[in-house]
Amino acid sequence: MAAAAAGAGSGPWAAQEKQFPPALLSFFIYNPRFGPREGQEENKILFYHPNEVEKNEKIRNVGLCEAIVQFTRTFSPSKPAKSLHTQKNRQFFNEPEENFWMVMSKDGKPVIEYQEEELLDKVYSSVLRQCYSMYKLFNGTFLKAMEDGGVKLLKERLEKFFHRYLQTLHLQSCDLLDIFGGISFFPLDKMTYLKIQSFINRMEESLNIVKYTAFLYNDQLIWSGLEQDDMRILYKYLTTSLFPRHIEPELAGRDSPIRAEMPGNLQHYGRFLTGPLNLNDPDAKCRFPKIFVNTDDTYEELHLIVYKAMSAAVCFMIDASVHPTLDFCRRLDSIVGPQLTVLASDICEQFNINKRMSGSEKEPQFKFIYFNHMNLAEKSTVHMRKTPSVSLTSVHPDLMKILGDINSDFTRVDEDEEIIVKAMSDYWVVGKKSDRRELYVILNQKNANLIEVNEEVKKLCATQFNNIFFLD
Amino acid sequence: MGEEDYYLELCERPVQFEKANPVNCVFFDEANKQVFAVRSGGATGVVVKGPDDRNPISFRMDDKGEVKCIKFSLENKILAVQRTSKTVDFCNFIPDNSQLEYTQECKTKNANILGFCWTSSTEIVFITDQGIEFYQVLPEKRSLKLLKSHNLNVNWYMYCPESAVILLSTTVLENVLQPFHFRFPPKQAGTMSKLPKFEIELPAAPKSTKPSLSERDIAMATIYGQLYVLFLRHHSRTSNSTGAEVVLYHLPREGACKKMHILKLNRTGKFALNVVDNLVVVHHQDTETSVIFDIKLRGEFDGSVTFHHPVLPARSIQPYQIPITGPAAVTSQSPVPCKLYSSSWIVFQPDIIISASQGYLWNLQVKLEPIVNLLPDKGRLMDFLLQRKECKMVILSVCSQMLSESDRASLPVIATVFDKLNHEYKKYLDAEQSYAMAVEAGQSRSSPLLKRPVRTQAVLDQSDVYTHVLSAFVEKKEMPHKFVIAVLMEYIRSLNQFQIAVQHYLHELVIKTLVQHNLFYMLHQFLQYHVLSDSKPLACLLLSLESFYPPAHQLSLDMLKRLSTANDEIVEVLLSKHQVLAALRFIRGIGGHDNISARKFLDAAKQTEDNMLFYTIFRFFEQRNQRLRGSPNFTPGEHCEEHVAFFKQIFGDQALMRPTTF
Repeated sequence: MAAAAAGAGSGPWAAQEKQFPPALLSFFIYNPRFGPREGQEENKILFYHPNEVEKNEKIRNVGLCEAIVQFTRTFSPSKPAKSLHTQKNRQFFNEPEENFWMVMSKDGKPVIEYQEEELLDKVYSSVLRQCYSMYKLFNGTFLKAMEDGGVKLLKERLEKFFHRYLQTLHLQSCDLLDIFGGISFFPLDKMTYLKIQSFINRMEESLNIVKYTAFLYNDQLIWSGLEQDDMRILYKYLTTSLFPRHIEPELAGRDSPIRAEMPGNLQHYGRFLTGPLNLNDPDAKCRFPKIFVNTDDTYEELHLIVYKAMSAAVCFMIDASVHPTLDFCRRLDSIVGPQLTVLASDICEQFNINKRMSGSEKEPQFKFIYFNHMNLAEKSTVHMRKTPSVSLTSVHPDLMKILGDINSDFTRVDEDEEIIVKAMSDYWVVGKKSDRRELYVILNQKNANLIEVNEEVKKLCATQFNNIFFLD
Repeated sequence: MGEEDYYLELCERPVQFEKANPVNCVFFDEANKQVFAVRSGGATGVVVKGPDDRNPISFRMDDKGEVKCIKFSLENKILAVQRTSKTVDFCNFIPDNSQLEYTQECKTKNANILGFCWTSSTEIVFITDQGIEFYQVLPEKRSLKLLKSHNLNVNWYMYCPESAVILLSTTVLENVLQPFHFRFPPKQAGTMSKLPKFEIELPAAPKSTKPSLSERDIAMATIYGQLYVLFLRHHSRTSNSTGAEVVLYHLPREGACKKMHILKLNRTGKFALNVVDNLVVVHHQDTETSVIFDIKLRGEFDGSVTFHHPVLPARSIQPYQIPITGPAAVTSQSPVPCKLYSSSWIVFQPDIIISASQGYLWNLQVKLEPIVNLLPDKGRLMDFLLQRKECKMVILSVCSQMLSESDRASLPVIATVFDKLNHEYKKYLDAEQSYAMAVEAGQSRSSPLLKRPVRTQAVLDQSDVYTHVLSAFVEKKEMPHKFVIAVLMEYIRSLNQFQIAVQHYLHELVIKTLVQHNLFYMLHQFLQYHVLSDSKPLACLLLSLESFYPPAHQLSLDMLKRLSTANDEIVEVLLSKHQVLAALRFIRGIGGHDNISARKFLDAAKQTEDNMLFYTIFRFFEQRNQRLRGSPNFTPGEHCEEHVAFFKQIFGDQALMRPTTF
């Protein structure tokens, strides 16, 4: 904690320092129904990380979780325990499908201050839920795997998925945004938006096997043909995994050696982020990741084709029963590539015009995080860049913690409310909740009083959020 | 070739006259479009029939020799008859004026009169082989006054009444054309002005034959408001052209004549020209078919001239039955198929076909419906149709057709069609707007040029498209909803692209369709990007959707807020949700809290059964009363007795605010 205390004093918008990063101790999935009798306990375990743990310890840990859940259920039948804090570690429980339990435990630090825990609990519970959503996106439900190939298949899938996925889980960089799991929307004028609509409709028509389309620019969403919840997790995948992996060759530019290795196409800048790398190679593999959407309802299995030109990315989702051929990919490339290239530069141009019109890019005296539960729209000027490995926030972690506390307060009541906190480090932190929207503002005005801060936030709402109904 | 294939037809009710024969001479006047049937030099009667007047004018005149030319002045005021090559005879047809004939000899000595043209009701031009003479007729004095004359050698002449231009053929090759323009300021004598002469390039001909420009190969017509001289250039064996062509020379009011368009006929033989609805129609006698050209359609431009090909494949004029009813019943009892493209046909500009031997005058007409199926390129079809006079219903049917299950067009085609419609629509809106602005600025009196823009049939507004096309289209159950939404969005995109404000009923159509298919998230995204423009009706529609899609409530409130004229509605919405405090804070935020009804808020607060909330609201109004009237008590007019009693009951008398005294 000494490091944290020192950090709080050093410079106003200090970047987050490396503390002792919270490490993932274990992660396991079990179903108590699979081994109800004594001696069969091992059957309950569907996945266990780290795998090296001795079998009996696995069984013991699973048993303990089972017991805790059972025990807490007697007090709250509908909402059993979500997390358990001990001196050594912290455990989070989630039951995404009936009788399937996911448990994540991370190392705990000796708890000295009473205030810090609330945020982290919510954050890690969200991370755990996200783990399931991500698994489901690429594998479908646990139940479906059971139906398709029994426990064996389910175990295989879990192993295959989580083995890799857990490595990308960087618990230390999780924060308020992981609770929201929001989507950043690209601000756009009506006409350009309509052009994009028109483009998507035309593409869906000419590539008639496309079932859904999503359109992103600068890693921000513009259009989703998928339903909100599916888009939410797909967005997470695209922006934290797929796009960052492809950022290097893009930054390298056209003439760089990396770029040169890619199939040269002089007519347009379009290329596949999933699927074939080189369309000229007759042996190129047209394998696309499969995703599962609408799992509560129609349960659809789709191929995910992600195609990008400059900063514009389109996801075409086609029914998994149709196998996209190399010919199809070439056709897609020849139809989508040129149009997307033009569209991308249109968007860029329009964006620059709008930016110029909105006035000077002066660093404002505040930072904010906005989230709307209704459309999952999120906006943060606190985060500079969010990647899976680092969360580059521009404010001190202590302030982030205060935001988390306010968020917890908001969760407890349904009514709209406003909370103003004077932080120890001379910052003012304001949280506002109005009709399913949340706004968190961090002001750096040392000598301001409560009234001035209130005025300042009002001004911010009037300039940044004049389009929406926000109670003052 | 089905009947629906013919795109040219003769008008249903032709002008009928007595057939030409040795005793009956037939004349046609292009200015008044009248046919004169002169029997025995007029002695046994002259019958004059125009296209519009169903009552022919009949009169007799003395047979003073063979009639060479006979024409009424405009409005049928004065009759002019040419019987000799030196003189023209006149006869007044004005009531109270003497009907005795009077004569005018041409002024130029040794000149022969080639013909004459009336340029107004009292002005006439003599064309002689040595020039032209412009006269004013004074009917009450029974004499003519020479206004102006011009000497030059004339081979033949041509008159275009619509633009009042006379074209004179001069020089040996007859191919230098000298136009004269006649202007008629109101209530003044007309003026005659000489326009720059120009030369028609004759095709190269074998040395043995002397080339010359024949009158038969020249026509004058107004196309899209501009005067053109049309030259039918026959196929010459020496050149490598594939067939005859029509060369269009643009003759502007000012400036030199310029060769602008070449219509490629790709065939040889005998041709005749008409202009119908701004289309050049070329009849080909050998194949008994016709083709049409539209110079506004995109052609191949070589830097100076645009080459055009026929818009459609060649077709015959629709077969025509000679009617048996009316006066024709005398000559024939059963319908007789009319011989089309007969060698006895004579064609006049712009759209007249006369069969002197059969005694008929027809107007040629273009039928648009068959063209829809003959022109597969929808963009070109739209370009073509939008220039036609009677296009509205045809265009709407094309739109419906392209959205039908069987003939469904692709989205880019649909987009092109919408863009073309809206381009025309926007042009009209702009013209309307600048007219309205000019009227407002008071320019209408000072500038006679200011005219209210004419709304042609090509202007198809949102309500036309909605009523005739889209509303029926969205009702079609068999249409995939994706396509329906794509089409609606495409139309909205097109309107936006032309900066036309989208009417709310189109937005409602989109919402209706999305809601029908449970596509609420799509709807949400459209609203998020303000694709569906804010309006109170739309906000109310959203409110009504809340039970199906809870976020609609938020969307509706946002919209009401952006409208900034809907504060009362916002308060109502919040109160209906029992968000009494929120409503109060909102109205206070916009500074309207002094004028709100206390009773309304207290009612709402009481309904929540939250006593503390009621207390807060009650106290707020007590404070307001104190501030406004110096006393916290409610006035009888506020009807809050019930609430005061309730307050006392819950919190006791002592909880009431005491009037503060200073």
